[in-house]
Amino acid sequence: MEPFTTLTGIAVPLDEPNIDTNQLCPTRFNKVPRGPEYARVLLHDRRFNADGSEKEFILNAEPYRQAKVVVADRNFGCGSSRESAVFALFEFGIRCVIAPSFGDIHANNCVKNGILPVVLPAADVAALRRQLREQVGATLAVDLARQTVTDPTGREHRFDIHPVRKLCLLEGLDDIARTGQYAARFAQFETAYRAQKPWLFN
Amino acid sequence: MTTDGRTLYDKIWDQHAMVTEEGETLLYIDRALFHEGSSHAFAKLEREGRSVARPRQLFAFNDHYVPTTGREKGVDGIAIPEIRNMVLKLAANTAKHGITLFGIDDPRQGILHIVPPEQGITQPGLVIAGADSHTSTHGAFGSLAFGIGASDMMHVMATQTLWQRKSKTMRIAVEGPLGFGVSAKDVILAIIARIGAGGAAGYTIEYTGGAITAMNMEARMTVCNMSIEGGGRAGMVAPDDTTFAYMEGRPFAPKGAAWANALATWKVLRGDADATFDREVELDAAQIAPMVTWGTSPEHSLPVTGVVPDPRNTADATKGAEIAAALDYMGLKEGTPLAEIAIDRVFIGSCTNSRLDDLRAAADVARLGRTKVPAWVVPGSQLVKRAAEQEGLDRIFTAAGFEWRDPGCSLCTAINGDQLQPGERCASTSNRNFRGRQGPGGRTHLVSPAMAAAAALTGHLTDVRDLMRRG
Repeated sequence: MEPFTTLTGIAVPLDEPNIDTNQLCPTRFNKVPRGPEYARVLLHDRRFNADGSEKEFILNAEPYRQAKVVVADRNFGCGSSRESAVFALFEFGIRCVIAPSFGDIHANNCVKNGILPVVLPAADVAALRRQLREQVGATLAVDLARQTVTDPTGREHRFDIHPVRKLCLLEGLDDIARTGQYAARFAQFETAYRAQKPWLFN
Repeated sequence: MTTDGRTLYDKIWDQHAMVTEEGETLLYIDRALFHEGSSHAFAKLEREGRSVARPRQLFAFNDHYVPTTGREKGVDGIAIPEIRNMVLKLAANTAKHGITLFGIDDPRQGILHIVPPEQGITQPGLVIAGADSHTSTHGAFGSLAFGIGASDMMHVMATQTLWQRKSKTMRIAVEGPLGFGVSAKDVILAIIARIGAGGAAGYTIEYTGGAITAMNMEARMTVCNMSIEGGGRAGMVAPDDTTFAYMEGRPFAPKGAAWANALATWKVLRGDADATFDREVELDAAQIAPMVTWGTSPEHSLPVTGVVPDPRNTADATKGAEIAAALDYMGLKEGTPLAEIAIDRVFIGSCTNSRLDDLRAAADVARLGRTKVPAWVVPGSQLVKRAAEQEGLDRIFTAAGFEWRDPGCSLCTAINGDQLQPGERCASTSNRNFRGRQGPGGRTHLVSPAMAAAAALTGHLTDVRDLMRRG
């Protein structure tokens, strides 16, 4: 997995609450194998007409085609567990999403793919979106080690992140290596568990 | 933070916790469930050269991509090659790793949240991970069941474990008897209207109260199914005699002495009386009316007796803009009585509402008239379909003009050939009224099975209580 350390990039404001994973990746694209085609899949039905021509939508406008950060509203990525929603964000170039709250499964899927979900207070996120509207193409600077987002005025917003999530993102680690260290514990646990609930294993 | 008392969630968690490190716990996963869309997890497994740790604890289902007509031809009946390929790929992947598949030709085939309960695969006290957010359904049996993405599913396949952080807990108590014409679907829509679509994010829900304990298993599954639409990854109901009676004799349920042993552990599986929750929500069942959604989030719902909200009537400008955008997508005008909204189609099905009891409720209404718009009934599994046919429900539906189809996710996932056309408006018993969920440009109004049948008979959203009273 690609590590996430620091990032300075164009940030795109998405003002709607509840942008669900169905919109991030419409279900019919779920069957596409992971790859660069997912760049076009991101918010596909908001960005493209049925004939493939572009609709008027913020991600279709420059400079937002180069965006690396999304600043969204509450409950971003709610709904379906599809990881393809993250593939779409990633292939478009997004590496960080800032929102007042996230769908739990989506935030988790982001971390597994090197995208940093940042939760900040709703008023601060609304203020960020306002700044980005006023200064089209403004960048945000994100520093994961310091847990800060710096807005275009130079103000630093500190965010919380679980230490394991932070470590995995900084180092580009996935869980499975960590799990491997506990093989003996797993064997011991499973033997006892099977003895306790044998009917589950017939 | 809490007293010594443990919730049901705490107890299931403790029974599956192997290691805790930096606030994350490695949980043992009893069962994992997935569908054709897990091609990403298999691809990752393949790329990393890993094998499946416990294939007998994994269960696969053909549901998302199967057509709901022409099934006598099996997989050859799937006209679109890309869709056929998804069904074939799941068969190949499961065969390769020795995983049980409820395939397209299986007489037990059905939706991954319908089949495991009816087969007895879902049991109290388990940790169940599913490659689908509606895995919360299985919490109705007093298990901890939640949806995960492809990376986590690959982790489960390779290790039969998952790293999880403990969630907060929320008790939602629904007290008192439900009113005439009010169902489990109305209860969960009312709950989501109260807490919001993100209200339970970060929480595991336990549903309690007289209205919940009076529900049969099918109704409890409807409630738990939509926990995720309120933001909760998992929702559960403590197991009781209703649970055990439902389970006894099912193919994967324990038998004989094993049943007695299992039952003894299940009967004590409940939260301690002095356990505390991080959040408590209470609803009065008597105040819940048949619900409909008017917008593009499951939190956009109102009693059917209400009117389409006016974005100008909210003090919060952001909320006003949200309502206006939803009404624009839905093609609705503020102030319109909900019961006057004309619909183009009706869908009765999905993992929320396609069990036998749902079909009975819809059939009770269907027998009162004739459909005015195309209306589909899609049973959740082959077993549901056959049971319904034995009761004659299929004949009630077809006599009233409904189309009786084969089991699958159908118009809920809209990737199997069944989908709305742009602008079409559907009264649907499914779980998501997101933009484009039932097809690009499609408009969804979530309702109960009885409400959906009522809309089919009148051609507009309808208070089913009026139809039922007239008889």
